[in-house]
Amino acid sequence: MTTLSYAECSARERLLHLVDAGSFHEWLPPAERLSSPHLAQLGVPSSFDDGVAIGRATLAGRPVFVAAQEGEFMGGGVGEVHGAKLVGLMQRALRDRPDAVLLLAESGGVRLHEANAGLIAVSEVMRAMLDVRAAGIRVIVLIGGANGCFGGMGIVARCADRIVMSDIGRLAMSGPEVIEASHGVDEFDSRDRALVWRTTGGKHRWLTGDCDALLEDDIAAFRAAAIESLGRPAAEVTLERLETEHALLTARLDLLTDAADGDDAVTLWSRLGIPGASRVTEMNVDEVRALRPA
Amino acid sequence: MEWNTLATALFGPDHGIRQEGDLLHGTVTFDGQAVMVIGTTGHAPIGVRLALAQARAVLDTVSDHPGRPILLLIDTQGQQLRRRDELLGINRAMAHLGMAIDHARRRGHRVLGLVYDQALSGGFITSGLIADACDALPEAEIRVMRIPAMARVTKLPEAMLTELSQSNPVFAPGVDNYVAMGGVRKLWQGDLRGCLREALANASVEDGRARDGAARGGRRLAADVMQRVLDAA
Repeated sequence: MTTLSYAECSARERLLHLVDAGSFHEWLPPAERLSSPHLAQLGVPSSFDDGVAIGRATLAGRPVFVAAQEGEFMGGGVGEVHGAKLVGLMQRALRDRPDAVLLLAESGGVRLHEANAGLIAVSEVMRAMLDVRAAGIRVIVLIGGANGCFGGMGIVARCADRIVMSDIGRLAMSGPEVIEASHGVDEFDSRDRALVWRTTGGKHRWLTGDCDALLEDDIAAFRAAAIESLGRPAAEVTLERLETEHALLTARLDLLTDAADGDDAVTLWSRLGIPGASRVTEMNVDEVRALRPA
Repeated sequence: MEWNTLATALFGPDHGIRQEGDLLHGTVTFDGQAVMVIGTTGHAPIGVRLALAQARAVLDTVSDHPGRPILLLIDTQGQQLRRRDELLGINRAMAHLGMAIDHARRRGHRVLGLVYDQALSGGFITSGLIADACDALPEAEIRVMRIPAMARVTKLPEAMLTELSQSNPVFAPGVDNYVAMGGVRKLWQGDLRGCLREALANASVEDGRARDGAARGGRRLAADVMQRVLDAA
């Protein structure tokens, strides 16, 4: 069977193949022509969905709410309308109580053309998502688009119950270009693809536990991982869990306080106890997955 | 305003807030009630270490002083723009800080943000913007990006952005714009102690920012779009 690349699909194609066939019902579809007035004011082409599709569907027969960001439109950047659609979806989840909310994230973060509104919107998404989790509804984030998941959306993703990610997916805060522009090419050479992936890519995030499943770039694998995630209990945010997270992040920071010789990603993996850390970049997804208990 | 000037005006010269590097923290007494103050100064870049230091102070407050109000004093240039921080998962550390604050809110701590100097992008999302409410001093600056940088990134003429920013608050830096859009609840003018008293008494635990943005005319669509999602067939 040939595989269908998740990265190469549009947001709606991903939804179509991810959920049960024919089950996706979109809210505020492009026919409603809901686009950004701010982009129009700037004379920049807008989109009738403002770059995100939202709705309900079933996954393995269970009711879920879904949102998919379209990386081809403004890099998936969050503007006023885009953000409000995500918040509305979370609010509706709180009211209607689906089994889970799936967020197919692909975003550079705040859309700079409407930066102030985007920044506030991202924080509203974060609060609304944590409301959903507090109600015991799982939020699962899927990352595998060409634009990665950056900026405020990189923070939002880490507020979810679970992240599933392909090896070509990227999850981080500031993009390599931004860091290079700020601190120079010696700080971060954004054209060094191997370095970019060692710093932000799926394999690295898997080895550090920043994502919970590592997948091939195959939409069937994303569907299987999403279904598997539905079988897990919602992870309530408790003081105990936050303390565990705090201890993990503190220990990780202490692993890399020196100016490590050679490649610091390899150094970090090695200090995390990953066997064969120096060979990780040559390994395939199955081999990397086996380096860490699921 | 310099943090110590602000702290002295609010809590007197023996306020009890300590500065350790870019971190501010300490317990103050206000109207006879203990308040935990956690914040940053010196336009601090928020890297993994500083995010964790703030999260530690929040978690300790939840553990040791249930219900004690938390005042976040905000002065940040945004997230630390370093590759090492990205490697170490700065987005995860910032999410952890945001979730710690959110957890404190849910456990009954009133959490109030105050932008007393500057607040930029990533450093603001997991501080003031995740609090129950965020206020600002009138001379504070809040932004994602200045207009010249925005013009470069978006490849739009600077003059056009400057002109549009006169009528539309989404484009330009400024606390007034954030008030108009509902991101900032209120500016503190005049009697600072009175402002804090009012904020602690009136900050809502509900997220009413989209509604405020619509009522104030600075963010006309967000609340309506949220409602349309709720109503969609």
